[in-house]
Amino acid sequence: MSDIAAADRIAPVEAEREGLLSWVASVDHKQIGIMYLLSGLVFFGLGGLEALIIRTQLAIPGNSIVTPDTFNQLFSMHGTTMIFLVIMPVMAGITTYVLPLMIGARDVAFPRLNALSFWIQLFGGILLYFSFVAGGAPNAGWFSYAPLSEPAYSFNNGVTYWILGLAGVGIGSLAGAINMAVTVLKLRVPGMTIRRLPLFAWITMVNSFLMIFALPVINAALVLLLADRLLNAHIFTPAFGGSAVLWQHYFWGFGHPEVYIMILPAFAIISEVIPVFSGKPIYGYEFVAASTVAIAFMSFAVWAHHMFAVGLGHLFDLFFGISTMAIAVPTGIKIFNWTATLYQGRIRFTTSMKFAVSFIVMFTIGGLSGVSFAVVPLDWQLTDTYYLVAHLHYVLFGGSIFAIFAGIYYWFPKMSGRMLDERIGNWHFWTTFIGFNLTFLVQHLLGMMGMPRRVFTYPDWPWWMTLNMISTIGAFTLLASVIIFLWNIRISLGAGAPAGDNPWDAWTLEWATTSPPPAENFALVPPVRGRRPLWDLAHPDRADELVAAASGE
Amino acid sequence: MTGIVTLNPVSPEAAAISHLFVAILIILGGIFLLVTVLVLYAIARYRDRPGAPEAKQVFGSRRLEIAWTVAPVLLLTLIGVFMIRAIEASDPPIEDRKPDLRVVGHQWWWEIAYPKSGAVTANEIHIPVGKSLLVEVDSADVIHDFWVPELGRKIDAIPGHVNYVWISADRPGVYQGVCAEFCGAEHTWMRMIVVAEGEGDFDAWQRAQLATPAMPSDGEAARGLTILKDQTCLNCHAISGLAGNQTVGPDLSHIASRRILAAGAVANSPENLFRWLKNPASIKPESHMPNFQLSDEKVRALVAYMETLK
Repeated sequence: MSDIAAADRIAPVEAEREGLLSWVASVDHKQIGIMYLLSGLVFFGLGGLEALIIRTQLAIPGNSIVTPDTFNQLFSMHGTTMIFLVIMPVMAGITTYVLPLMIGARDVAFPRLNALSFWIQLFGGILLYFSFVAGGAPNAGWFSYAPLSEPAYSFNNGVTYWILGLAGVGIGSLAGAINMAVTVLKLRVPGMTIRRLPLFAWITMVNSFLMIFALPVINAALVLLLADRLLNAHIFTPAFGGSAVLWQHYFWGFGHPEVYIMILPAFAIISEVIPVFSGKPIYGYEFVAASTVAIAFMSFAVWAHHMFAVGLGHLFDLFFGISTMAIAVPTGIKIFNWTATLYQGRIRFTTSMKFAVSFIVMFTIGGLSGVSFAVVPLDWQLTDTYYLVAHLHYVLFGGSIFAIFAGIYYWFPKMSGRMLDERIGNWHFWTTFIGFNLTFLVQHLLGMMGMPRRVFTYPDWPWWMTLNMISTIGAFTLLASVIIFLWNIRISLGAGAPAGDNPWDAWTLEWATTSPPPAENFALVPPVRGRRPLWDLAHPDRADELVAAASGE
Repeated sequence: MTGIVTLNPVSPEAAAISHLFVAILIILGGIFLLVTVLVLYAIARYRDRPGAPEAKQVFGSRRLEIAWTVAPVLLLTLIGVFMIRAIEASDPPIEDRKPDLRVVGHQWWWEIAYPKSGAVTANEIHIPVGKSLLVEVDSADVIHDFWVPELGRKIDAIPGHVNYVWISADRPGVYQGVCAEFCGAEHTWMRMIVVAEGEGDFDAWQRAQLATPAMPSDGEAARGLTILKDQTCLNCHAISGLAGNQTVGPDLSHIASRRILAAGAVANSPENLFRWLKNPASIKPESHMPNFQLSDEKVRALVAYMETLK
């Protein structure tokens, strides 16, 4: 690409704007990324508050601090919030900020579309929360199974707000995914071939395609449910010739790829953080990348493992049981490669690395308990119990959220120009780690003891209160950890140590520019001849390509 | 009975799942230990210390990659074989058997019927020990799920999609069951019990359920019967011998013989029945049973009548 062609593609630098307007009117990927992160943080607070009320209600049997209907609104909103308004936007925020820098680009491919994506998904989130003051929040769960979500059984407007809010988030995320895919495919700096792409960008690209194929499924299904609710279409009401099972196929046809949409960005973050703090390149680059593609394809063939209790026949169950087990193989490949990256490394235990290493173990627990749901007869016992609640939180909190914290500690210096405090970070890590395991480890046992999900109280049977109380204490430990995290951000923004360009001795291009980067990102992009351009720059005699060639790889 | 019910099987079907569960827990526990030990060893051994050498720049090993791809495939194949064997054992085919029991989920109680004898009850299933009964599972409104963990798998009760499941118990006992699919406000209190008893006791119970209860002719119970007829009780509940509608609320023909009230929210006792009739929301806040604002005296008479419905 010639310099002239590149200059043509760069939008003229916008006139300087002041204050709030400089954010609201921004089409800069860095500002939009930070706004995604801030909105995610606010919703994380709301979703966390909902969880704390849930755990307080469940601390002792027979508790009545909330009514049954309020409890149902709380867990419906908690699930919807954490999935659609926290994990997805925060991952989008990190990606939007980091991806263009990492591939040496000036911005994303479609900056205005990028702004639209953010604002439309934020609007979706606000619409969802507006339901609280518009007659009641959705109370049919984050999955809104028909016919419970139909007007005959869900009287308030909550589910309608849920549909409209999610449609907003769905459209925003879809536009964002298209933007990221095109950015990786078209805006890489010269020299950065697909085989030299940092794994973060690789996995983001695969994940973007996954979103492009999965999100339309839910968006279409939402329209059908909306027709049921507003136009009496009866698509999902059996009493009028519709099918309740059909909604489950649509929902999980999206819903299982969605699980990978939430965890692949975590894999992306971990695949950067672990090598950098081990002082080694990622072990088995090709295998980590290829296993991501395998997961993305296979994630479309496993949805009905959410439906083994529906009674669809043994052959049907068996197919999805086996396909689900098969997806454990590429996931396992990743875990072994991250672990192998640690070997013979020089491991620096920054807060980011602590979260990343504990991610490996926590996510392994979630992955293994996931295998017990692939084994059809076990699923028949364990599904819809607290064992499943434990499983999904080991994947989405022990997995996605731990990875998000690893990523925030890792890229915060780039975004703000200041380091997060490591001593407070240590407190943050340990309170999170202990609080998380206190909350969710015992829930495996509660599920095995027969405690169903989504109950607002439980009989006073031996051990049930003890285990629930431990879980509640863990939840409040997590509250403490979040307060410590916010405190860390606050004091570090004001008085953190200056970051400099490359505080971690990292190797990807975002560390070649200033912290925070200028509006145009780079004054000069270093040449890219391998996967670790900054390593090659620092060690010209031992550049990756030379070493690889010498070792015959 | 309580405890770790999923590992405490009382039927051949539940035992097939439980044995599989133990085997899988051992395999998964082994993998977990392997990963954890590898990670802990690595972070202890290769921790950055002053003077530590620079990390060796290793890019990977094809042989190791193949190893940790093939090993999990073999292990999962083993698990898959276990699974295929357990599927048939834990959920045997129904062939052309007619259902012995019909269970219909309602918001928020269980309608129980024995089609072969005609007995009807609610929230309390009786089965003879050692015999497998075929249960037809259906729903009258939203999706519910029929689950008695000690006796086997759970299965959804879906409107428009009838399911079948076997139920049996190896030894006498009272087993806890519950709705396991979120079904609305009072999903929590949609429990049931399964009473497994000897053949003779089961037959006696079934005969008693089929009998038409006697109508009291005097005293408080007779006043209660009059109140029951005057009020709208029979619009939703049925009592054999009286014209009633049994599709909305539980059949009350033998309510006094049952152990639980309000689908497990409280034990069935005259005191709890009084509280329930006085104000259902005090026991089950979102129950569809309305508060009829009856005087204490009327409620006492109703309780007296209903206690005769053995």
